[in-house]
Amino acid sequence: MPITPDVILFVVFGLIAVLAAINVVVQTHPISSAISLVAVMGSLAMLYLLLGAEFIAAAQVIVYAGAVMVLFVFVIMLLNAGTEVRKGRSFMVQLLGVPLLVALLGLTAYFVQRIYPARETVHFGGFTGGSPQDIGHALFTTYLLPFEVTSALILIAIIGAVVLARKEID
Amino acid sequence: MTAIPISWFLTLSAILFVLGVAGFLFRRNIITLFMSIELMLNAVNLSFVTFSYHNKDVGGHLFTFFVMVVAAAEAAVGLAIILTIFKNRSTLNIDDVNTMKD
Amino acid sequence: MQLWLIPTLPLAGFLINGLFGRRFSKGVVNVFAIGSVVLAFAWVLRVILGMGDLNTPVYEHYFTWMQSGTLTIGCDMAVDRLTIVMLLVVTGIGSLIHIYAIGYMAHEGGYYRFFAYLNLFMFFMLMLVLGANFLVLFVGWEGVGLCSYLLIGFYFDKKFATNAGNKAFIVNRIGDFGFLLAMFLMVRNFGSLDFATAFRSASSATESTVTLIGMLLLVGACGKSAQIPLYVWLPDAMAGPTPVSALIHAATMVTAGVYMTSRSWVIYTHAPGAMRWVAVIGIATAFFAATIGLAQTDIKKVFAYSTVSQLGYMFVGVGVGAFSAGVYHLVTHAFFKALLFLGAGSVIHALSGEQDMRNMGGMRKKIPITFWTMMCAAVAIAGVPPFSGFFSKDAILLAAYEQSPTIYWIGIITAGMTAFYVFRAMFLTFFGEYRGHEHHSHESPPVMWVPLAILAALSLAGGALFHVPEFLHESFGPAHPEAENTTLMLISVFAGLAGIGLAWLMYVAKPGMADSLAAAFKLPYQLIYNKWFVDEIYDTAVVKPVVAGSRVVLWKGMDAGVIDGSVNGVGARSRDLGGILRRMQSGSVRSYATWVLLGSVLLIWAMGFAGAAR
Repeated sequence: MPITPDVILFVVFGLIAVLAAINVVVQTHPISSAISLVAVMGSLAMLYLLLGAEFIAAAQVIVYAGAVMVLFVFVIMLLNAGTEVRKGRSFMVQLLGVPLLVALLGLTAYFVQRIYPARETVHFGGFTGGSPQDIGHALFTTYLLPFEVTSALILIAIIGAVVLARKEID
Repeated sequence: MTAIPISWFLTLSAILFVLGVAGFLFRRNIITLFMSIELMLNAVNLSFVTFSYHNKDVGGHLFTFFVMVVAAAEAAVGLAIILTIFKNRSTLNIDDVNTMKD
Repeated sequence: MQLWLIPTLPLAGFLINGLFGRRFSKGVVNVFAIGSVVLAFAWVLRVILGMGDLNTPVYEHYFTWMQSGTLTIGCDMAVDRLTIVMLLVVTGIGSLIHIYAIGYMAHEGGYYRFFAYLNLFMFFMLMLVLGANFLVLFVGWEGVGLCSYLLIGFYFDKKFATNAGNKAFIVNRIGDFGFLLAMFLMVRNFGSLDFATAFRSASSATESTVTLIGMLLLVGACGKSAQIPLYVWLPDAMAGPTPVSALIHAATMVTAGVYMTSRSWVIYTHAPGAMRWVAVIGIATAFFAATIGLAQTDIKKVFAYSTVSQLGYMFVGVGVGAFSAGVYHLVTHAFFKALLFLGAGSVIHALSGEQDMRNMGGMRKKIPITFWTMMCAAVAIAGVPPFSGFFSKDAILLAAYEQSPTIYWIGIITAGMTAFYVFRAMFLTFFGEYRGHEHHSHESPPVMWVPLAILAALSLAGGALFHVPEFLHESFGPAHPEAENTTLMLISVFAGLAGIGLAWLMYVAKPGMADSLAAAFKLPYQLIYNKWFVDEIYDTAVVKPVVAGSRVVLWKGMDAGVIDGSVNGVGARSRDLGGILRRMQSGSVRSYATWVLLGSVLLIWAMGFAGAAR
């Protein structure tokens, strides 16, 4: 049975995403986690392309991987964070952490499998409405209010960040 | 197999999300905590886009867009807060910034 | 007729002396105390004179006390022939004893308090006697119980006195419980507590109901009139001052039970079973108490047991249907028993507090008036004709013989014992050599021996003068001819004389005989000397278990354990719960996150299985 490039792309980049995500959680030094996170975001961008979300894929790489993660790396280097010291324990986390995670994964996977039939498949070109033109059109008509509100949000965030992080003027 | 069933994407999103929660629960460095939050947000983005494909509606992409905006704003403010905490407590261990009585 | 004045005058005396007596001199206290009782007596005479031929009862209704549904109880007073007898005894003998008490209590502390209580007692006793329904009677009943408690415990700094007061009140309460149950049954079955209405309905009620009511009334009467098994308080009540013993525990309060049972004669005539029990308990008590009186050494205790025994005779009278004979004995007993007690008080007063007869003797030369007056009472109680005791006791015994010869013969033996122990007391006190410490004893002042003399005259002649059965002729149903049996009369006289003779032999002619007899019959003597150990039996069988039960079960178990425990427990458990819940707010971000995760997992699970995923 023919294996299309879609499947190969999905498997490869899905695997990279998962492995990088595990790496984020497992690494002791924050900078290693940051780099792994960049890898996750990159693979996710690839997956977005598969799903026909061209604009989102580009935005992911430019905004998320290119700006947010760079900010993270800046802060890590500023604070000179070293490897994490393993001290302090929490009773709740030790007791319930793993079981709850397993439960969450199990439940979600189960419901997903049940609700979405296997007939529905994803392949390149299955959805063509993700072009910048379509996004722009929706952004400025149906979703105009959230758009404006978000701009205010960004403004507040900028001011907040500046206020919080500045040096006190004596 | 010619195409990927849609449930696989959602399952992948779930796995990424659970990994993000795991990172949040088990890591002590505040910055790593933050990165786990970003990981969770990304997982949710993936599932939004998947649903948008499923419903053939561009609205899912828009939502992803807004999530990204909010995540960026949140990262900026949050990192500023972390800087302040570091200035005050000189530690990046989340258990050490707890001043409540035992 | 203003019947209400009769009890209200002593009540006024109580209020004035009680509230202001502390500041009055003894003379002023006397005026209010004695004056109120004497005025009450005068008013009683006036009422009697105003009643004409005394065949129509006087009935006065003052106000409606309770009205509930179909039950109406008013504050009513009524005077009929039976009431007249009781009123004369209570106010007449009451006045004499009040006068005597002036002299007796002259050296005691709390003078005004004593007379205040005594007046309060007179008020309640008169309410009891004048009441026209069972509830007013019961108010008086309870009130005299209260005054008895107050007066027995008059010397409140002595533990045995306060204990005796408690004992009297508590034992009385047991009887009152029976009385209350009887009243409840009467309300339920007869619909009213009025004497007239209740007795009318009693004729048509079922025999078992009436018998039950009669038995419960008997329980009440046993408590108040010191019959078996509730007599134990009376000997201990001798801890009170002697005028109290004379007035309350001889002449008036203890006779309330006899009055109540004879007032309820309609109920008893319809309940022969209950009447039989009245007679049985009466004769048993009479015999039992007489046996104890044989060996007592405290002069007041001898007379106390004698009172219990004579009350038994009165109950026998009521129990065999000779109601008027029972009341007759009540009257004569009031005369000679009050006299015996007052005389004993005179002896004690002369000896400055000595009450043990073993330390007395030869007193007749030193206090002759007391001696001669007490002798009058002694021959009366022994049943020597033609004195008062003979007539009344004879009337009872003859009526008893018709019902049950057994009761008659036990009564004869008891009469013999009565004569014996009274004269034993007389001989030990007044004859022989003085056995006590060197003492200057003087005769009592006139304020004390004048009442003694009056009572002595009444004891001797009262029987012949006031022929009570004739007076109460029609009060207890259609009259039946009085039994006349010369043989039986002679037997009872002989029993009395034999008792006197035996006492003379053992205590005057051969003084050592009593002790040698006691040594010879050690076990019987020990039994009667120790009152048949009844108090000890009650103590172990009833008192100690109840006290232990209260302390362990009710106090420690229920009160401290359950109630306090649950109230405190609520607080403690809340605190513990709070202590546990507090741990949730630990300040640790990671545990908060775990809680959030827990919540979301539960939500997903609930939504998935219960709703969304179909």
